[in-house]
Amino acid sequence: MVQVYPDQKGRYGDFGGKYVPETLMAPLQELEEALDEAMGDKGFIAEYHHVLEKYAGRPTALTYADKITDMLGGARIYLKREDLLHTGAHKLNNAIGQALLAKRMGKKKIIAETGAGQHGVASATVAAKFGLECKVFMGEEDIRRQEPNVFRMKMLGAEVIPVSSGRGTLKDATNEAIRYWVANCEDHFYLIGSVVGPHPYPRMVRDFQRIIGDESKRQFLEGEPTLPDYIYACVGGGSNAIGMFHPFLEDDVELIGVEAAGKGVDTEEHAATLTKGDRGVIHGSLTFLLQDEHGQITEPYSISAGLDYPGIGPEHAYLFDSKQVRYEAVTDEEAMNALKLLTETEGIIPAVESAHALAQAFKEAKDLPQDKTILINLSGRGDKDLATIMNHFKGEE
Amino acid sequence: MLTQTSFQGKLSKTEDLFIPFIEAGDPAPEVTIELALKLQDAGADILELGIPYSDPLADGPTIQRAAKRALENGMSLKQAIELIPTMREKGLDIPVVIFTYYNPVLRIGEEKFFELLEQYGAEGVLIPDLPYEESESVRELALNHDIEYISLVAPNSEERIQKIASDARGFLYCVSTLGVTGGENQLSSEVTDFIERVKKHSPVPVAVGFGISTNDDVRMIREHADGVIIGSKIIRLVEAEVENLKDEQKREEALDRFYHNVRELVE
Ligand SMILES: Cc1ncc(COP(=O)(O)O)c(C=O)c1O
Repeated sequence: MVQVYPDQKGRYGDFGGKYVPETLMAPLQELEEALDEAMGDKGFIAEYHHVLEKYAGRPTALTYADKITDMLGGARIYLKREDLLHTGAHKLNNAIGQALLAKRMGKKKIIAETGAGQHGVASATVAAKFGLECKVFMGEEDIRRQEPNVFRMKMLGAEVIPVSSGRGTLKDATNEAIRYWVANCEDHFYLIGSVVGPHPYPRMVRDFQRIIGDESKRQFLEGEPTLPDYIYACVGGGSNAIGMFHPFLEDDVELIGVEAAGKGVDTEEHAATLTKGDRGVIHGSLTFLLQDEHGQITEPYSISAGLDYPGIGPEHAYLFDSKQVRYEAVTDEEAMNALKLLTETEGIIPAVESAHALAQAFKEAKDLPQDKTILINLSGRGDKDLATIMNHFKGEE
Repeated sequence: MLTQTSFQGKLSKTEDLFIPFIEAGDPAPEVTIELALKLQDAGADILELGIPYSDPLADGPTIQRAAKRALENGMSLKQAIELIPTMREKGLDIPVVIFTYYNPVLRIGEEKFFELLEQYGAEGVLIPDLPYEESESVRELALNHDIEYISLVAPNSEERIQKIASDARGFLYCVSTLGVTGGENQLSSEVTDFIERVKKHSPVPVAVGFGISTNDDVRMIREHADGVIIGSKIIRLVEAEVENLKDEQKREEALDRFYHNVRELVE
């Protein structure tokens, strides 16, 4: 018998749970009850799928990347094109699900945290579409490096609240969003952007993202017609990866999550949570995190704002600990080279986050036989990253 | 089991309690010791000694700043606990409650943490991000080490109040409003209803904290609860003297001003 996670207490093995101030216990209970009720309601599920199809543009394509496959000369490479989703990344799948739930719960105000700005844009988008008021917390460093997304959020009518604590990145934005939620939980819905946070958030976000894996499985079987041998996804908080992996967990497929190694896992400047971190509690959940010997959370680093996070979703901690998924780490440099390669060979500019998955997959594809197949989750497009990309490659022209 | 706990042994009364909060290491370890003694002189009945944390989710900007100052001084969970014996030598005889987020406890190990608390003479512990449902092992360890595990209830705890209160030890911490520490809230009549409800279920003194910053607040809470917990306001009084407290030449006078300000607050 396969164990179904999470259990009643929101645990994935040892991981997960609800490590939150007492004030949040009631809103989390309210959320869990509303969520369970909604997920059991065929009408709600149908509405979610309807919005995904007619508004967001699902299903997204599964693209055979023939040029890069030929060039690398190894396994055949497929891309799941979440970059083609409305607003440019997988984040919208989850934002739609949670916004519909917020509406159902009668909550008219949403709050969100964002790193790369993709979840902020997705939240601002659903807020505009469904008539909700939206506040997005964003670190000052991320506001600087993801400027186009800040502008998009504002155009969509969201209020962007700059966060200056820490290094001004995703961790700090999440802290501030949670603090705001504590004070305003009676009429605000916290629309979390990844499979992190206290139970039931990791489960809810996974269930709203598993559409990626469900579709991929169907598309692969229609095309190939076997399952892929390897699946790669980048891991920040872990939502695009869990969404892709979850439907394949029972299958004979090797799953690889790719973290950000920043300037290298042997430097202080990385965000390789599983590779270098230890057990601990962050943002309401027992998981792995980057911390010092005294249990203080350390500041992560990655060129990619979406992966620049010292924690990881508890289900990933469990999949890592139980060795069901292999986790690797890719440096800024490797990711940016993969980004350039995909752009030049396939005519697709990927998000810097997604480029981490590409880099690891390309590295391994070369040495695999041609009858093997690889699926990479292309979690988003690179439009938001043009400044980062130009800055990285300047002087190379 | 009828014998007194160390906490009860050190507590001189069970109503009209004044429970101040300071952050260990803010602005320096030796100053923390002096501030503790001044607070006792000013009438403190229990000392809440905060452990600075990098990501304090339940705290507003004031305590975040205090934590930052303390961490810059290299303060850690273990070092903070090690300050207690010096406080005792210098005459502190009220119970000390360690206030810490859960991650530093996990890091050092729950067993080791309680061994340290017992060894260095703390009487209580409060972990703001460890709700009742996650606290079973910690509550059991606390019991075995003669440490009171302080629980919190919030205005939206509703039916949870009874469950939490029935297992309460030391004192029961009533969070006055929805929100993080340091808000300058208007204490409403809803607070008094809430306090009365909690008191009905609590076997231990009921103390109220979060956002209590004026003498009027203190007076109002005193009428209804058994104790008042003051955190951010005390930290702001420390903050006002930060530079003087760090300067050995000016410290004595700064401590006196701090004492008088605290007296004015709780008189
Ligand atoms: C395109 C893209 N991919 C991946 C991520 C990382 O998040 P997660 O690990 O939750 O998928 C982000 C986050 O902002 C993103 O924008």
